[in-house]
Amino acid sequence: MAMAVETPKQGFRLGMLLYDTRYRAVTIQVIVLILFVLVLGWLADNVRSNLALKGKDIDFSFLWRRAGYDIDQQLIPYNNDMTHGRAVIIGLLNTLLVAFLGCILSTILGVFLGVLRLSKNWIVSRLVGVYVEMFRNVPLLLWIILVYVVFSEVMPTPRDFKPIADGTAKAHMWLWDSVAVTNRGTNIPLPLLDHPLPRIETSFLSLNTSAIFVLILVGLSIWVNRVLLRRAKVVQEATGVRPVTWWKSLVLLLLPTVAVLILMGFHLEYPVFEGFNFHGGLNVAHAFTSLTIALTLYYASVTAEIVRSGIQAISRGQSEAAFALGLRPGRTLALIILPQALRVIIPPMISQFLSLTKDTSLGIAVSYLDLRGTLGGITLNQTGRELECMLLMMLIYLCISLIVSAIMNAYNTSVKLKER
Amino acid sequence: MSDTFIRTAMLPPQLPPVTERGAVKWVRENLFSSWLNAGLTVLGVAAVTYLVWLSLPWLIHGVWNGNSLNECRASIAANFGPDAGGACWAMIHARWYQFIYGFYPPELYWRPVLTAALMFVALTPILFSDNRRVAAIMLAAVAVLTILALALVQMPAWLFVLCSLGMTGLFYIGTEAPGRLIWVSLLYPFLTFWLLWGGSVWTPIMALAGFVLLAQCYSLLNARLGVVLATAIGIVAACLWWLLVGGIVAASAQALLPFGLVPVESDRFGGFLLSFVIGVSSIAISLPIGILLALGRQSNMFLIHTLSVGFIEFIRGVPLITMLFTASLLLQYFLPPQVQFDLILRVVILVTFFSAAYNAEVIRGGLAALPRGQFEAADALGLDYWQAQRLIVMPQALKVSIPGIVSTFIGLFKDTTLVTFVGLQEPLRGITTIVRADINWKGIYWEPYIFVGAIFFAACFGMSRYSLYLERKLKTDHH
Repeated sequence: MAMAVETPKQGFRLGMLLYDTRYRAVTIQVIVLILFVLVLGWLADNVRSNLALKGKDIDFSFLWRRAGYDIDQQLIPYNNDMTHGRAVIIGLLNTLLVAFLGCILSTILGVFLGVLRLSKNWIVSRLVGVYVEMFRNVPLLLWIILVYVVFSEVMPTPRDFKPIADGTAKAHMWLWDSVAVTNRGTNIPLPLLDHPLPRIETSFLSLNTSAIFVLILVGLSIWVNRVLLRRAKVVQEATGVRPVTWWKSLVLLLLPTVAVLILMGFHLEYPVFEGFNFHGGLNVAHAFTSLTIALTLYYASVTAEIVRSGIQAISRGQSEAAFALGLRPGRTLALIILPQALRVIIPPMISQFLSLTKDTSLGIAVSYLDLRGTLGGITLNQTGRELECMLLMMLIYLCISLIVSAIMNAYNTSVKLKER
Repeated sequence: MSDTFIRTAMLPPQLPPVTERGAVKWVRENLFSSWLNAGLTVLGVAAVTYLVWLSLPWLIHGVWNGNSLNECRASIAANFGPDAGGACWAMIHARWYQFIYGFYPPELYWRPVLTAALMFVALTPILFSDNRRVAAIMLAAVAVLTILALALVQMPAWLFVLCSLGMTGLFYIGTEAPGRLIWVSLLYPFLTFWLLWGGSVWTPIMALAGFVLLAQCYSLLNARLGVVLATAIGIVAACLWWLLVGGIVAASAQALLPFGLVPVESDRFGGFLLSFVIGVSSIAISLPIGILLALGRQSNMFLIHTLSVGFIEFIRGVPLITMLFTASLLLQYFLPPQVQFDLILRVVILVTFFSAAYNAEVIRGGLAALPRGQFEAADALGLDYWQAQRLIVMPQALKVSIPGIVSTFIGLFKDTTLVTFVGLQEPLRGITTIVRADINWKGIYWEPYIFVGAIFFAACFGMSRYSLYLERKLKTDHH
């Protein structure tokens, strides 16, 4: 008769810390914690002794001192008498502007290219393939510099726009005489209001109430339009007939905004050539233009690949079923394929938006004064506070990344397949 | 008699109608299947024609010899008329060595050439481990190209003969016993360091000795103490060796047996040499660190998990440029005051961290894609953690993550261009700016960027094609 021999109960031995899986995890973590604290302490001590050696301290008060340098692209008012903190905010806004435009434009172009890449048309899919490989396999920095150099060396000088004797000029403006691309910058029409709402001026902020008002109005009309569409859907589901909504939507979306803009006296101020240069309108620096264009073109190729693999991940049965239902290819794409592909596409798109946002820091190559250009560039050099500036800059970039990824993850959850 | 008709012979099959076969069918299906498609085709052809019409004359008129942009233009004007535009490739011809080696001393060019050749030799057993034919072809090509390249640069004749014999010997070893070449791969990092930076031969040997010590400790203690403890003891022993003993031994060995190469300062490095040094070393070091970070992130131990997540998310949240500025401005604050680090080394360290964090995320995806059963099967077999990782988990997880890892590497290699912002002379902006600032080449812009872009394209495109080959090779499923 076999009997299970009971293992004798043992007391705790020191060796068990190492060999017993119940305790080993604790041992390892304690050792790691000690090492980590030691390394942190060593780094902190080094920082302390290095700062003492240089006679510096950690002090962020420079943010409230006069900056004394100009920034040519400013979304909110700024002049060189304002503080470094203000300059940092201007830089941050410039970073966000390029990131925002880049994300939107590259997504539009990229989705378009990704769909074309899968086109049955041999020549079109090959062309898009060449485009994608060409942009993906060459450093982004090259595209930024190349676009910038082409803009500032190939484009005509402002003088070339001057009409010579017979009334013709060496260079012409584009888009019905509204845009002039010169080697010093791009002149575009500037939207202006004759009767704007009064601005709210405070010591720190100067609010453009007209723009805010128009934005709120646009948001409102989009919201009302969505209510309208939801109503239409309810009617359709109840009766099977969808009420005609397109003209109501059009009126709702356009009429209020257009009416308010006309009331406020909206008009465009066109750049005009006078004397030796263009006057009026808005002069956009090539740094901004080339950074945006290069980021858009480069990230469009990345987006195209993401979209292509997303569409290919949807099984052929889906499109065959759609064709069997009698949907045309365009409707199939819009109603069946893309909504499903979106779930595959969104996660890589999140990380791609994040990289685009971080890659706006390459504006350094064309002296674009973004966050890195102000805080990590001129402010750092003027104040000599590397440690504070770099830490602050990393922190801000980290916050932007976390916020972008939080927003995109929330969106991802909202479109994710709801499984029971 | 009935007049029934029975066919006794089959009719010969006929060709399909002309619109349903051959080129006509292909064109109809692929280019003109609908009005939209026809329109797209016309647009596509128009775009290609326009681009060719724009660039072809410029390419054909290209000039390959000349000493300045003006000479190029004069030559083009003389040959093709005053209004003809043309490429001035003469700039590349004139500045070729600068684009490749930066300011590396010209009489020492043989050292980077040899390093590059040995890189391919060292990579062969890793890249083409099971394909002897491809490996042999690659080795033969490398040997021939190296001997040709060495013949072009200045070096003593005896050294040339020695190097050529060495390359031939390596080719012979590679064809006879490809497994042996793995020793070249293991020795390669130390050899590279010594060849590129020069100095006493004993420094890399002492560094190597530390690793040998680590390996010895591990193999002696592994059976008795387990992987973690054996590795930890090995690392401590190696660190003690490097910090305390190695320097003294190296110095005394150098005094007894002085042997070394002419030292080259880091600021002489530039061009594609610099890009490849930073790119290749960061790629090689970041993969193991990335694997460890991914395992740390998957770990059940709270502290290790938290530290890994914190490290990965921090690095992924900041742009590479800020990391590079950290390398050039901030790292000195975190090190003891008397320690002076080489800038290239600092940059390599931070670029490695950067790429390791991205690799960790890619590998984590691979780990997540493994079915739970694999982990449980490894546990059921009684494998311990490291055995399970090495034998069961990692081979599968890494296989799934190959495309992601390779695209991280491609991104890393492209990002080596950013080191220009901390004052290193990489080819894209560093060397090109120098060339464009030269009075002879002022006003040139397409040619240098096309040249640099083409080399980056070749390297990155090659890597992505290799990843496709690797995916196919490692594919074991049948659907």
